Amino acid sequence: MAGMSGRFSTVVKAKINKLLDKAEDPGETLDYSYQAQLQNLQNVKKGIADVVTAKKRLQMQAEKLEQSVVKLDTQARQALGAGKEDLARMALERKTVAQTELQTLDTQIAELEDQQSKLTESEQRLRTKVEAFRTKKEVIKAQYNAAEAQVRISEAATGVGEEMADVGLAMQRAVDKTEQMRARAGAVEELEAAGTFDDITQLGSGEDDIDRQLRELGASGQVDDELAKMKAELGTGGAPQGELGEGKAGA
Amino acid sequence: MIVRIMGEGQFRIDDSDRDNLNELDNAAVAASEGGDETAFLKTFAALLDHVREVGTRMADDELEGSDVLFPPADTTFAEAQHEFTGDGLIPD
Repeated sequence: MAGMSGRFSTVVKAKINKLLDKAEDPGETLDYSYQAQLQNLQNVKKGIADVVTAKKRLQMQAEKLEQSVVKLDTQARQALGAGKEDLARMALERKTVAQTELQTLDTQIAELEDQQSKLTESEQRLRTKVEAFRTKKEVIKAQYNAAEAQVRISEAATGVGEEMADVGLAMQRAVDKTEQMRARAGAVEELEAAGTFDDITQLGSGEDDIDRQLRELGASGQVDDELAKMKAELGTGGAPQGELGEGKAGA
Repeated sequence: MIVRIMGEGQFRIDDSDRDNLNELDNAAVAASEGGDETAFLKTFAALLDHVREVGTRMADDELEGSDVLFPPADTTFAEAQHEFTGDGLIPD
């Protein structure tokens, strides 16, 4: 078959043959193949563990960010209640950044979940095939002469070899994803270390670099909107207390 | 004929379906070579759907090699293009 499957099949099969590089003695081939298969299964397990570790790291970061969001929101309200609008704005800017990071993290956690379940399914398929190969290996050893055995071994090993190539590809994709996530987790940690998500009681007096950067990020209007909403909720919309909600102010 | 979709497993397909598969396969390749991402994603999905639809899934403990192998369903456009020109998807 030409086209995609043709080229792809050729590439995969060449790699499987390399993977199965056969020994002279059929019995040796069998035992060598089986050892290689077990080794392969171990690697997949390690691959799954790596994905889980990366996922946990992102989940911990997400938890921290969630706490920051709640805390900064509370502080913005308190600041506004105390009439300190600048401080409230600062807290809301930080909250906006934390929320954006949190959304990205949630997407990535979901992607890693997906990789984890794919790898787990692949591992299950390979495990079943390896077990079938183990059974067949004993039958071949017991029942066939060397020439016939060679053919049967070759067939059986191809079946497992293909599954190993399949899992190999799943692993590669999972590793790539995990690497991306590690870089991402590192970037969030840098923001954290720079104090981007610190609550405002941690801040010194005066504006620092982070505040200036946050101001630029928050210039999208989201912070203004939220501040206005918060003011309305708190009843500090600039109008004298008591006139709000009566629909008479300015009329 | 035995067909494997990488990441999903093997399917047994009647040999009489070979022309259908070829046609769908060529459409996916044409889209990829033509640089049309939307068309590629659509034709490639149609190809794999066809395999799943007409094929009978093989048991995990069957030890047969496949006649044809397809890249995984989440193959991106960039990966597909690389596949035709570069080192392919499978690591050495």
